[in-house]
Order: sequence, then C-alpha cells, then structure tokens
Amino acid sequence: MDKSLVNLTAHEARDMLDRGDVSSLELTEASLERIEEIDDRVKAFVTVTRNLALEQAREADVRIAEGNAAPLTGIPMQLKDNICTHGVPTTCSSRMLEEFVPPYDASVAERLRQEGAVLVGKGNLDEFAMGSSTENSAFFPTHNPWDLERVPGGSSGGPAAAVASGEAFFSLGSDTGGSIRQPGSLCGIVGMKPTYGLVSRYGLIAFASSLDQIGPLTRDVRDSVIVLNAIAGHDPRDSTSIEFQPPDYTAALKTDLKGMRIGVPKEYFVDGMESGVEEATRKAIDVLKSLGAEIGEASLPHTSYALAVYYIIAPSECSANLARYDGVKYGFSEQDADSMWDAYEKTRQRGFGPEVKRRIMLGTYALSSGYYDAYYLKAQQVRTIIRQEFESEFEKFDALVMATSPTTAFKLGEKMDDPVQMYLNDVLTLPANIAGIPGISVPSGLSNGLPTGLQIMAKPLGEEAMFRIAYAYEQATDWHNMTPEL
Amino acid sequence: MEYEVVVGLEVHAQLLTKSKMFCGCSSEYQDGEPNSVVCPVCMGMPGVLPVINKKAVEHTIRTGLALGCTIARNTKFDRKNYPYPDLMKGYQISQFDMPVASDGCLEIQVDGQTRSIGVTRVHLEEDAAKLLHRTEDYGEGYSLLDINRAGVPLMEIVGEPDLRSADEAREYLVQLHTILQFIGTSVANMEEGNFRCDANVSIRPKDDEELGTKVEVKNMNSFRSVHRAIEFEVERQIALLESGGRIEQETRGWVDDEEITVSQRTKEYASDYRYFPEPDLPPITIDPLWVEEIRASLPELPAARRARFVNDLGLSEYDTELLTISRATADYFETALNSDTSPSNEMAKAIGNWMLGEMARLQNQTGTLLDDVNIAPGQIVELQKLVDGGTLSSSMAKAVFEKMYNTGADPQAITEADGLAQISDSDAVGAAIDDAISANPQPVRDYLEGKESAIQFLVGQVMRITRGKANPQMTTELLKNKLEAMK
Repeated sequence: MDKSLVNLTAHEARDMLDRGDVSSLELTEASLERIEEIDDRVKAFVTVTRNLALEQAREADVRIAEGNAAPLTGIPMQLKDNICTHGVPTTCSSRMLEEFVPPYDASVAERLRQEGAVLVGKGNLDEFAMGSSTENSAFFPTHNPWDLERVPGGSSGGPAAAVASGEAFFSLGSDTGGSIRQPGSLCGIVGMKPTYGLVSRYGLIAFASSLDQIGPLTRDVRDSVIVLNAIAGHDPRDSTSIEFQPPDYTAALKTDLKGMRIGVPKEYFVDGMESGVEEATRKAIDVLKSLGAEIGEASLPHTSYALAVYYIIAPSECSANLARYDGVKYGFSEQDADSMWDAYEKTRQRGFGPEVKRRIMLGTYALSSGYYDAYYLKAQQVRTIIRQEFESEFEKFDALVMATSPTTAFKLGEKMDDPVQMYLNDVLTLPANIAGIPGISVPSGLSNGLPTGLQIMAKPLGEEAMFRIAYAYEQATDWHNMTPEL
Repeated sequence: MEYEVVVGLEVHAQLLTKSKMFCGCSSEYQDGEPNSVVCPVCMGMPGVLPVINKKAVEHTIRTGLALGCTIARNTKFDRKNYPYPDLMKGYQISQFDMPVASDGCLEIQVDGQTRSIGVTRVHLEEDAAKLLHRTEDYGEGYSLLDINRAGVPLMEIVGEPDLRSADEAREYLVQLHTILQFIGTSVANMEEGNFRCDANVSIRPKDDEELGTKVEVKNMNSFRSVHRAIEFEVERQIALLESGGRIEQETRGWVDDEEITVSQRTKEYASDYRYFPEPDLPPITIDPLWVEEIRASLPELPAARRARFVNDLGLSEYDTELLTISRATADYFETALNSDTSPSNEMAKAIGNWMLGEMARLQNQTGTLLDDVNIAPGQIVELQKLVDGGTLSSSMAKAVFEKMYNTGADPQAITEADGLAQISDSDAVGAAIDDAISANPQPVRDYLEGKESAIQFLVGQVMRITRGKANPQMTTELLKNKLEAMK
C-alpha cells in the first residue's frame, strides 16, 4: 500500500475515490496503520474506532460504486472527544466521563455520518476543552508531530496532531478561545472557527456556551471549505444556531485579492511575540498585498481587555455547565462516601482535574451575589464594546489579519506551573470568540523549525471573504505542503 | 397587643402543554412508568441544548393577561444554580429579572368585603424530577429518582404580601385556581401536585408600617392545609413574640397529620443561586400583536361571569359562587340555559337548582366528575319543561332525573316508558275524586263541618287511587270545588 496515501488532502482523496484509483477501505486501512505506527508517540487519539471505521468504509465503497458519493463519503476522519458520538465513548479527556457512551449523536456527527465520512477515532483534548496545550487531558498529553518534546497546542491538540501527522484526513475541533486555530497554527495545518451560530452546538459537551463553536482542522483551505459545507447550517435543536442558508463556500476559492480591503490591527503585535512569528506575519501581509489586496492599519484598542473578559465569562458559564457531573446519573461516581453531599464532593474532587476545578471556582466566585456586577456584568459590558470595535473596523475592511499565536509550540511542562502564561497563548485568538466572528489559521512559515500561523478574521457570516484570503495566500505560498518527519 | 397578619403566596402551576418546556417529551408524565417519559435533553445529559416551547410562553402570557399584568416586550431566561439530585443539570432554567408578566392583581371577596391583591410577577421555568424517599424494613433509607417530571413547564405566580388573614389567603388561592382552569393554562390539581403553593407569613403590631420577619412555609398540598398552616404559623409567631422571643427568618415545612410547621432551613444556609442569563437561549422579543391575539382569545373570566350570573340572570350570590366553581360547571350551566329557545331567569334558577341539588347529590353519591355525567345539558331543560307544563310533579321529576343520571335517556322517553305522566285530564282526576269522596264519608263530613285540613287526607286518597299520577294542584282545586258545592 502506498504510504503517501495518508498525506493526501481530503479533496485529493475524493478525486482518487471517484476515479476508482483507491477505495475507502484502502484509505481507512492506511489511516489505521498510520495510527498504529505512530500514535504511541503522538498520542492524538483517546479512542480508535477500528471496527466501526472498517464497516463505514465498506458502506462508503458501496455508495461510491452506486454513484451517490457526497464530498466526504469514504474519507477517514477523527472527531474531538467532546463531540458526542452515538455508541462511541465520548470522554472529554476527563475521568468524569471516562466511561460515558452517549446514546445520541451530536448534530455535526450525525451530518458527517449521513455524508458517509468514516470515523477512525476520537481526539485527545485538554480536559473539557480547558487549556492551550492538551497537557490537561486526564489521560495523557498529546505530542507535536513537528517535535515530540513539544505540545501540539490546545485544547484541540489531538485533532491538530492527528491531521498534521497523517492519522486522519481531517478532524473537527471546538474553539472557545482559540482551541482550533492555535493548535492548527502550532501543528502547521488549517484550523477554522466559524461564526458563532453557523454550526450547531447540539451534542458538543459544553465548556462556555456563548463562546464554543465547532470547526474543521484540515490540511488545506479547500478541505476546510468542504468540511464546513458539510456541517454548517441551521439546526432547530440549537436555539443559538442562526437561521441562515449557508452558501457553497467553494465559490470563495479564488486566487486573486483584487479589491479586497485588509486591515492589520496594530494592537496584535503584542509584547512577548516571538520574532520569527512577527516576521512570518509581516511577510504574509506582503504576499496579500502582492495578490492585489489593499492593506491598511486597523485598531482594536479594547483588545487588551479581551483576555480578562474571557476569563470571567468562560469560567462563569463553565461553573454552571459542569454542575451536572455529580455522579448520580452517569459518569464517574465516588461510592465511598458518608452522605449524599459527601458523595457529590468526592465525585467532583476526584473526577475533575486541577484546571477544571480552578475554572469552576473562578466562575462560581464571579457569579456570587455581591460580585456579579463587578465581574460578570462588567465583562458583558466590555464584551459589547469589543464587539462594536470589530463592527466598526469591518465597515472599513473585509477582513483583519494577524498572527494566530504569539509563539510557536513550546515544550511539554514549560507553562504548566503558570496558568497566566498559559492563558496568554490565546490572546490573539479569543477576541474572535468574544465578538462571535469567524477566524482561520493557515500555515505561514517556520520559526526555528516550528510552524507559524497567519490568522484571518472576518465579520459575522463573512466566511467567504475569510476563505478567499486564506486560499489565495495558501496558493501563493508553499507552507501548506510541509509535513513533519516522523 | 393586637397583631396584623401579612401573607404573600407564591404559586407554582404546571402548564397545560402537549410537550415539555425545552424538549419534545410529552408533558403527561404522570401516566408513564418511572423514567419512561424522558430524553437526553430533559435528563440533562452532556452536550444537549434546550429549545423553548412556544405554547408555554403563550400560556404564561395568557395567565398574565387574566391577572391584569403588563406583558414584557423583552424577556429572557436565566440559570438558577443549586445542586440537588432532582435537578438534572445542576441548575434550573428560570427567569430572574425579566419575567414574562408583572404588576397585576386579583380581586377577592371575604366576609362581604372586596379586596384587590397585587400580583408581583408571573414567570416561566422548568419543573424538577421527583425524589421518592424509601426506608427498608430493617431501617436503611434511600431515595429513588423519577425523571418524568423533569422539564415540565412550570409557571410561578408571585403575589404581593397583601393578604391579611388565612381566610384571605385561601380565597386568593381558590380564585387563582379557578382562573387558571377557566383560561385553560393549567389543570391546577393541588393533590396531584401540579398546583403548589408556598406562603410567606409574618405578623406586625397593628398600625405598624414596617413588615415583620417573614417565615416561608412549604409542603402544603390542599387549600385546607394552606389555611391551617397559616393559622398555625400566625399563632406560633404571636406566642413567640408574646413570650419575649424573636422570629427567625427561616423556611418551615407543614406537617399535615400533626398540623404543625417545623423548621427546615434557617437564613444562614440561604442559597446564593448565582443567577445569570441562560447562554443557550437567546432573549425573546414578545410581539405586541401576539399579545393582543391572546387577549382577544381569552374566555370570559370568572369575576365577569359571576357578575353576569347575578345581574343578568338573577341568580343568588351563593348559587353563582357554586355554579362558577370551575369553568366546566359554568359552561354546563350556560349550555343548558342556551338550549332553551327563549332562556328566562326562571329557567336559569331551575337549572341551577337541578345542578346544585339532585345532580350534586348523585355525583357525591357515585363519586362522578361533571365530565362523566350522563345527562346532556339540554336534557335538564327538557325535564324542567315537563314540570312547568304540568306533565311531571316535582317528586316525579326527581325520580326521572335519577333515571336520566343513571342511563342518559331522555326525560320524555323515561316518562312515557314508565307511565309516569301526570294525570292532568280533569275528567280522569274528577272520576278519582268522586271515588275518594264516596269511599270516605267521615273526612268529607269533617271538611263540610269546617275542618279544612281534612282535605289533605282526601288529596292523599286521590293520589292513592291514581298511584301518584294525579296532578296535585289540579286535584286540590277540583276537590275543593266539589266539596264546596256539597256545602
């Protein structure tokens, strides 16, 4: 079997499937072999669904033979392990849900199942998606395929590492403050967070409901578009899902940027930014200019408060979202207890890891009577200001560009003792979650041998402009063709 | 010292919707086996999301309008956080600072006095699951959880502390209960727990402006227990103050068999619910046109109906109260009346008498609800017409009514089949009178000698001869004429 199969993009694999050059079973077996070969080093998977994958691959081959293939029929994929999958364990990389097998599919899982995509497994994450390095997984950290001593970013570190290392053709992650884009950047692939409400959150195990959004991690921009096409659109089961008929985003894939107005927010070259990252970003902006875009300086002065706003709102929402894990109905349950309340406390003490507990406590405090106005309410007010700043910049610009992460991948353990340093990883990505706007990270080069990412943000439902810029940039450069040696 | 009683009631009523508040499960949870009317959403499983039941919002608006409330233009849901095993998500989706309806009132009449009781707000939330506490024979206790009730739409109606006695509190509750049933927003059955009431009770020296420390009383499951609990609580608080004690702000539970309240939770343990806007549900804008549509579809409210029964139909206050006890009763009454080609106040009175007399007696005897009564409303009018037309005596009509009640047959048919028709033919009655006179010379002599009461015996004899069918009025009249002619 051709080993390079696993390095194909999903759309290249589609072409081969449609021509009959390869079967879904062959692609799936190649993926599973790749997982077997390297995942004891990368650790991108919490669960590998070998039998299910082979069964789905055979079904996909029948469908392809019948001429009924959808764009993702027969393509091996992974899903982040906070996306519920019917009959397949969904752990959130937490002791609390280690044994949890959902009796339902998330809406995105259901759509991809109907599309005929092949599930090869579930991706590791920071416990309940809280973290930026995947070191907060209760099971094991994931390693960056570019340097196994380093983190893949997070919280969708498993999905990013799996896609970058050829274990799956694409994966879905969730992005609450940068959890798709930052690991995408650190692993040298494309990570995209859609407009809040474009993709249904039904069945995504909630971290922070007003910020969470599911999106694709892929090897190139075209794949990002194809996966988004498959999962976007109104879902009556999610009341925050927008009643909007998404266009076919492949129409946005154009190689010139004539007439596009692109803003570079001056506040996004932050202190402490790695020089290689800054250099890559400035060079990328030159490329955009050479493609015909008009480049101008933008300003988002309240960006400096975004991190503070985020660390009030996200923990507040999570303190309620995680209240249901009490050991009574499902999941981990501590039986050795003196009373009901004792059982509750011990279940939560032992079922949750330190970062999850830290955020639950932060959020509980911020919502407490007497503190609500000073913290939660104030954060919501600043959130409105940040959103308005973006709105006014999007009157002048079709998109804003900046780096995705201020640094490249750091070493495992390097930031584990300093939560604030860890939180600063998301300083460039989380404003998009606060404002509910789409953002994408595309590979923009290497700094000291590690991938850097260019981030493009657009106005709400401005995915087409964002994809056009991402695609034109990608096609004008060669960064997306780099693959890590493993 | 003389004290004034201050009571405010908080009522929770389950809404009469087909499905639950945030999912598609049936809200008829009581019919199902435990934990059978459930889905991932109402079980609060990981990753699921709520979707608002529009009918529940409509019912809350309808209730708000019936209570004269202002309906919010903008409203939203909030999370009320507290851990308890009956709360599937660890928080309840409720409404904190922007309820659907606010600032209404409800009129009550107690001891001939009409008072307007303020309604602070009506808001929408979800019911919790049901915990069943069991103890094994050998003494070990455990609890069972039935999730069927979780997520059933619940409306909370918060009343102002305007009530001044246990009597007023009961009357407010009865009126509120009647209104909810009238407008069809709740089954409001207190025993089944879909209409629940908590009371905030305090006392203060008469003429004091400042409110006393309030005690919240829970666990009352009938109108009577609400009344008794408030009476008990007032006496307890007075006794406590009189003996130099202080009233503590606390929650107390009513123990029905012992008729006392006991302390459940003091203020030290008061919960901080950490309310915040529900991020899974966008705020709701209520279209004023929708509100007007709902207003236009409201049925006549009990107070207006009662006024019409008294003023237009000439019914007594007492009969009116009983005939409007439920919408079904009042509807039955009016359907009957309107089946008459030209409804009169006399007919109204007669229908009322049948319903509150014979029908109520038979219903009590057989334990039958109005819905299950065999007699169609119009048949009561037909029966009354047989009485008015002289075909049936009132005692015969009662017998016919009982047959109607048992069989559902028409009064005319029963009368004919049983040969019950009254003899109102003067010749036939006359013949029976002649027989009675000739067979009873002594009473006839008594009458002719001035002992007028002797006529009663003779009437009785005519009835015996005709086996009760002679028209009693006609009999008395003809008999009198014949006897007078013999004088």
